[in-house]
Amino acid sequence: MKSLKYILAGILFGIIMSKSEAVSWFRIQEMFRFQSFHMYGIIGTAVVLGVIAVFLIKKFHLKDSENQPIVFPEKDKQYKKYIIGGTIFGLGWALTGACPGPMFVNLGYGYLTMAIVIFGALLGTYLYGLLKDKLPH
Amino acid sequence: MIEFIRQPWPWYFSGFMIVVIMLLLNFWGKSFGFSSNLRTICSIAGAGKKLKFFDFDWKTQRWNLLFLLGSIIGGWISKEFLSNPDALDLSAATIKDLQKMGIQFNGGLNPDELFSLEALGSVKAWLLLISGGILVGFGSRYAGGCTSGHAISGLSNLQLPSLFAVIGFFVGGLLMTWLILPILI
Repeated sequence: MKSLKYILAGILFGIIMSKSEAVSWFRIQEMFRFQSFHMYGIIGTAVVLGVIAVFLIKKFHLKDSENQPIVFPEKDKQYKKYIIGGTIFGLGWALTGACPGPMFVNLGYGYLTMAIVIFGALLGTYLYGLLKDKLPH
Repeated sequence: MIEFIRQPWPWYFSGFMIVVIMLLLNFWGKSFGFSSNLRTICSIAGAGKKLKFFDFDWKTQRWNLLFLLGSIIGGWISKEFLSNPDALDLSAATIKDLQKMGIQFNGGLNPDELFSLEALGSVKAWLLLISGGILVGFGSRYAGGCTSGHAISGLSNLQLPSLFAVIGFFVGGLLMTWLILPILI
């Protein structure tokens, strides 16, 4: 049961990503060309509702299913890594039309060539681990 | 009901549902961030023996791998049972711009020129797919998260570092779309 709930949440996520078309290379191109509001609407709605939800969870000290307080980890305050890493990520996002979640959703959707992108992403993650100490953070 | 789900979802409902996912995971004591799975998979594959970065107890991330497994199944369910026959409602301007680069809009999610099995006949498609993947994997770990971890979880928690990361996502995306992609394709 404990495992099943995460699989079910993942299934729901896959369906949301597919039906919202956020997994579409075409939609990502359209977004970076500012030719439709669609993707901005999705991300904007999620952020606005997310901010309100997190605010309320903190304000009312809501507990999780194990009755522990829900905590939101603070991101560490180094700024180079966010700008440089984020920019490198963006280059890949616009090229493949897929961030990590949608890569796997697309694979399930039947785009088997996405396996090559996933292999690349694993390689890139490994490369980061290899070069981590030499990079500015 | 099923007919209702089948049509493409409007942006406001999609955005709402993404927050539902984030809150579900929060309620189970986890935080929504997909790209950590890539590090976990490297660790399972044995990268921890060589590099400290991958030397951690990956079993603590088992829940996220199950979520990943679910996302693959969710994609399959969407295709098999929830897809609709109409072409994706892409803006006419995008269709025209892509055509100029030699990419035809096929009505589906992704272009045949890059993602069809036939495309694998060209070395260029392989190189583009692999290098794009490397950039996403390298960049998300460097920035400490991807769209879910920074744009959704981080911004929801008003994290300034996440805003910097998201600005980076867009700088990179705009550079690729406007300057690099037209040369590559």
